[in-house]
Order: sequence, then structure tokens, then C-alpha cells
Amino acid sequence: MTFPIAGVNIAPTYLIAVGFAVGVLGGFFGVGGSFLAGPALFAVGVPMNFVVGTDLAHIVGKSIVAARKHRTLGNIDIKLGAIMVVGTIGGVECGAQFIQWLKHTARVDWVVGPTFIVVLLGIAGFMTWESVSTLRKQRREHTRDLADGEHPSRGDHSALAFISRAVHRISLPPYVSLPVSGIASISVWAILVVAFVGGFFSGFLGGGAGYIRMPCFIYLLGIPTHIAVGTDLFEIVISASYGTVTHALKGNVDILIALVMHTGAAIGAQLGATLTQYFVGLRIRMAFIPLPLIGAGLMLHSLLTGHPAK
Amino acid sequence: MKHQIRRSLKPFLFELVVYAVLVAAYYGFVLHFLGNSLQHVYQHDRRLYAALALGLIVGQGFLLEVLTRLLLAFMMPRMEER
Repeated sequence: MTFPIAGVNIAPTYLIAVGFAVGVLGGFFGVGGSFLAGPALFAVGVPMNFVVGTDLAHIVGKSIVAARKHRTLGNIDIKLGAIMVVGTIGGVECGAQFIQWLKHTARVDWVVGPTFIVVLLGIAGFMTWESVSTLRKQRREHTRDLADGEHPSRGDHSALAFISRAVHRISLPPYVSLPVSGIASISVWAILVVAFVGGFFSGFLGGGAGYIRMPCFIYLLGIPTHIAVGTDLFEIVISASYGTVTHALKGNVDILIALVMHTGAAIGAQLGATLTQYFVGLRIRMAFIPLPLIGAGLMLHSLLTGHPAK
Repeated sequence: MKHQIRRSLKPFLFELVVYAVLVAAYYGFVLHFLGNSLQHVYQHDRRLYAALALGLIVGQGFLLEVLTRLLLAFMMPRMEER
């Protein structure tokens, strides 16, 4: 099937399969799936500026489905999401402007590609280290609880909880309480910085930047994993909608590719969101680890094999 | 837990088959006609194209969500009866 706007020929079944895979990941992990969808589109010849814009467009449709599902499960902190919108939109615009500047310098592939790889490897490395630390800590507590004759707990623990506690103590008014996430008080600025960084990566690398926002939610803001997944999806709807419009105005969106991908993603997102009910936070985080590595591998392969940048 | 997952997956697989048929029809009728007109708008009016792009993907998002939910609601009771 020819997609005349981006000027590429891609089999719709390939797009549906990619959409389905990222749909499952989106529903389950609360991420847009751009770390897989981006390299997958680039690998079949879609120019990098279209990869970024088109991926954002397909994510809007998919995230609406998954976010609605998570809302019914009570996994969205609307108050947190509403505050983040301000920082997210500012970040998306800065990221999109940066892409626009790179497009004029004709180096967009060779800046976005390696940045993508570095970010993905960094996230996978960090989450592996955190999960292993948490697992060791849980085992120690489990052994101690058994020795004390107590029943071991199965809560959503993180070995890096001290980081979020330090962030909660930042004295920079105004403050806000987030009862849904179990946070008594946190500086609004801490939330806005996380939102801006996530938004920037969304506009710059495409997708919803859940691969950045999800770890930030959990480790910096101290949001429970299930709430982080749902709220991240809510945030992705906002950032990806804004990103779609701003990239479409700049000519970076092939909406036909996005529509085809989304038909697969819609059904995958339902499956992913349903599966979250059966796993605890640490297991969800550990299952997340190979995904950025796959995305980094795909991108590296495309760059090294000299895929034509149109 | 395995039993619960199996119960969720069974109607889902049925849903997937019906959904695939509907999506194939969708390509034939909608995308075939949309392609050329969207390319024309893309080349001549970028603002309209941006609005259409967002409208189409949001519209499709809601449409498919309703469709998958209805399919699931239709198939769940039949699966549980067996």
C-alpha cells in the first residue's frame, strides 16, 4: 500500500502488527511505545521527521482507548495529570522546534537516532539496577519477617524510595497534595519539571515519552506503579495531541500511516490494560526492561545498515 | 491467576477475529477514498490538514473503543454460558 504523504510503500499488515505490539505495551506499561514504533517505522523507509510526527498521531488514538480503560480501573490521578499539562505542552513545543531546526541542518537522522539509543540504554540500565536492588531488599525483608513470625508484605516497594522522599521535602512553594497517589505534600515545581522534560522528549524523539515519564513518576515523584501507568497514559493523550497538531503544521505527519497503525493498537491496548490487574508493580517494572533495549537495537541496526534518509 | 487470564483471553481472541474482518472492510472503503483527498489538503492547507489529522485519529480512537467494548460485551455472556 502506498502512503502518498510520506512517499513510502508499506504493507498494512506490518503497520497493524507494529500497532498491536505497541498497543499491548501501552496498555500494560502506560507508555506510548515509540521506542518500538519509531525504529519500526524508520526500518521500512519512513523519513525520520515523519517517524516522529506520525508516531505521535497514532499514539493519540491508542492512548485514548487505554486511558479510558485505566480510568475505569481507578488508575488515573486527574489532579496530577492536570498540573502536568502546563509543563508538558511547553516541553513538546520546545522539542518540536528543535526537530524543525535539525530538519533545516539536514542532520535530523544522525541526531535523533543516537540520542534515542543513549536514552533507551540509560533507562534500561537504570531500571535493571533498581529492580535488582528492590528484589534484594524485598528478599532481606521477607527473610526477616519470616524470622519474626510476621506475614511478608506484597506491596509496591522500590529500593529508591529515598529519592522520592527527598523530592517531597523540596521547599519551593506552592505545594499540592495528591491523595489518589498517597502524597501528602509536594512542590508544584517538581511536577512541572518532570512534565517539561517528558514533553521535550515527546516533541523531540516522538511518541508520548512514557519511557522517560514513567520512571520519573515512580522514582522521582514516588507515584505507585499502577497510578503511574494510568496517569502517564492520560498525560500522553495531552502531549501527543498537541504534538500531532504542531508536527502536522510543520508537515511531519502522515495521518494515513497513523490510522492504519492505530487499528492494531486499539485492540492491543485493551489487552494490555486488562493484563495489569494480574501483576504487582515490581513485576511490571521488570517486564519493562527488555523493551527499551529492543528499541535501541532496532534503531542502531537501521543507522548502521545505512537506511536511506529521505 | 492463570484461570482468570484464560477467562479474559478467550473472549478476547473471538473479539480479535471479528475485529479483523471489520478492519479489513474499513481499509477497503475508507482509506482508499481518503488517501488522495488528504494528500491534496496536506499540500495546499496545512492548518486544515492538522485539524483533520487530529480529528480523524481521535474519532477513530473513540469509534474503535466503542466497537471493541461492544464486541466484548456481546461475546462475554456467550462465553460464560458455555
